[in-house]
Amino acid sequence: MSKLLLIKDIEKCVGCALCMYACARKNPRKPFIGYDHSGISAVSLSGFERGATIIVCKACQEPPCSQVCPTDALIPRKNGGVIYKERLCIGCKNCIEACTISAIFERRDGKIALCIHCGYCVDYCPHGVLDYVEASG
Amino acid sequence: MRILTLDLSEYTYEIDEREDLNDWIGGVGIATQLMKEEIDPKADPLSEGNVIVFAVGPFTPAYPFASKTVALFKSPLTGNLGESHAGGRTATSIANAGYDAIVIKGASNKPIYIVIHNDKVYFKDARVLWGIEDSLIVGRIIAEKEKGRGIRTVMRIGGAGENLVRYACVTTETYRHFGRLGLGAVFGSKKLKALVVVGRGSKRPRNVKGYREIYDKIFQIAVNSDAMQKYHLLGTAVNVNPLNELKGLPTKNLKSAHFEDAEEISGEEFAAHNLGRRIACNHCPTACIHIAALRQPYGNEKYFFKTIMISYDYELIYALGSMLGINSRDGVLKLIHRVESYTLDAISTGVCLAWATEALEKGLISDGECIVSLRFGDVDAYLKAIDFIYLQPNEFYRTLAKGVEKASEVYGGGDFALSFGGNEMAGYHTGHGSHIGYLIGLRHSHLDNAGYSLDQKAELSPEELIERLVKEEQWRQILSSLVVCFFARGVYTPEIVVEAFKPLGIEIDEEELRKKGEMIYLEKLKLKKKLGFDIESLRIPKRVMEVESFRGRLSQKYFDDALKYYKKLFSKALFD
Repeated sequence: MSKLLLIKDIEKCVGCALCMYACARKNPRKPFIGYDHSGISAVSLSGFERGATIIVCKACQEPPCSQVCPTDALIPRKNGGVIYKERLCIGCKNCIEACTISAIFERRDGKIALCIHCGYCVDYCPHGVLDYVEASG
Repeated sequence: MRILTLDLSEYTYEIDEREDLNDWIGGVGIATQLMKEEIDPKADPLSEGNVIVFAVGPFTPAYPFASKTVALFKSPLTGNLGESHAGGRTATSIANAGYDAIVIKGASNKPIYIVIHNDKVYFKDARVLWGIEDSLIVGRIIAEKEKGRGIRTVMRIGGAGENLVRYACVTTETYRHFGRLGLGAVFGSKKLKALVVVGRGSKRPRNVKGYREIYDKIFQIAVNSDAMQKYHLLGTAVNVNPLNELKGLPTKNLKSAHFEDAEEISGEEFAAHNLGRRIACNHCPTACIHIAALRQPYGNEKYFFKTIMISYDYELIYALGSMLGINSRDGVLKLIHRVESYTLDAISTGVCLAWATEALEKGLISDGECIVSLRFGDVDAYLKAIDFIYLQPNEFYRTLAKGVEKASEVYGGGDFALSFGGNEMAGYHTGHGSHIGYLIGLRHSHLDNAGYSLDQKAELSPEELIERLVKEEQWRQILSSLVVCFFARGVYTPEIVVEAFKPLGIEIDEEELRKKGEMIYLEKLKLKKKLGFDIESLRIPKRVMEVESFRGRLSQKYFDDALKYYKKLFSKALFD
């Protein structure tokens, strides 16, 4: 049994980025302040007059990012998405190029940040944009 | 503290580590010290000698609501210290890029914009952008061209900044502003069209467990208590109806403090008929930014419509609504949109136009000088007049672009020129407290001093009023050093602030904090004096005393006594 992060209603997004900060804090032993380690992004649509949206891993069944990883740092999860083995990542950025929806982010140390579907951010989304649900597959 | 200094005269930059600034917390605390070091007090505000300091605080980006940036500069409107705060993504971008403050010196010969990308600074050609008067368009062009989507801020000026209107603002993220006291004109004088900061960074808390715990505590107060309710529901526009009922809503150049059509332009009516979207500053769960959808026909083609998204707040509804006698929401929105496009300060623009309308009624100025016939309630005339403030086609508008104080010195009508120390009044005619607050306010452009809320609580003696205004102002120096949004002042009580410092590795108790607030207050007052602030030159426009307020008629004697007491309390800082 595994759960996935889903976008429940994108039109409700106010662009506050609380999900980004939550993602950076998610590891209880190693939380970060700031969003360098954040695997989710809140953006405006070329200016806030057109609203805001979230960019995050959609948990592909056949993840292109994993297919182009030369060091097996990205392993497909059973119900979609990938497991990121940070230790093995050489920072080649192939995965960033490969992700069709640009949901993999480059960290300042050269490695990557992406959603691991832990669901920590959902409790910090004040407006019900995000949801954490049982994978159907 | 990590400080980035940009020199626009030589297109150079340097990054300094300044441990000696640590005592000053951050935000306005360090900005005051940097300003003291960098500026020649005699510098003309529109010359290359002016200096701009942007500063963020230790709670950014660690905690929610630490979403504000402080800007200090010499104000071209008042001629002394200018301070303005803005939200958006500016603070978090600067902090994530690794800086506590950014100092801008010198002036460019040719139009430029600057991109700061973490440790690198790029000076870029803005000759093509110069002359684009609409800040929304400027923002879109830069957003498309530059990298850093979602982790950047785009601070920019429109036409009013380029044309040096003394109350032009700097806009960030479309709807937030370094609104007051003319930072936009300072950008314009430096030929700086925009400042983009892209920040991607992280740091570790000193105490891992404590950090997540206090974060959760603040978050829970934010979303589950009523501390943010006013801003979470109708937003600041909720003030329109109650202030009107209290006779505190300045109307038609404060000929009255009660607007018969206030209901029509109230927060309730905007929410019911116009509210189209909410957005938030970065790291704020409240999302107080209320955006109205204005649907307008093309006019020349049937069944063609454009829909413009316009941000509204109490101060804008006051300045471009009741103050101008505008009784339609569409009218108010059109005026806000025009002011937003040119990056004009909405409050100053509204107060200037209200004065001009009355000056025209009284025959101090002519229809010819105004070009359009200004009458309270006439939206189309005001739309044209806003164009003229930006374009300055004649001597009258060139003068009006310098503020209502200057305009009334030239054309008369000082008694009803609603300026306090050279800055146009904010929207509260609640009693002596609000007006004294404008005069001695030492933060955020005197806009949101505690005066109007003191007025509503109790009848105070002049001395009590000064003491309570100053005490609140000193505490708010701490809030603006952290830098947290003042709307979250109910969340960030002294206890919470002390607790929130701990996981960041800073031990400080409440008493020390309050002391620092007093120190920063004094440092800023001294700087303000050094830059030209003269308390003896302050005046209260007569109009304020002619119009019934919530506290009844206001008296010159009360104002005199209060100011006398203030001068006594701070005689050393004000007169040495």
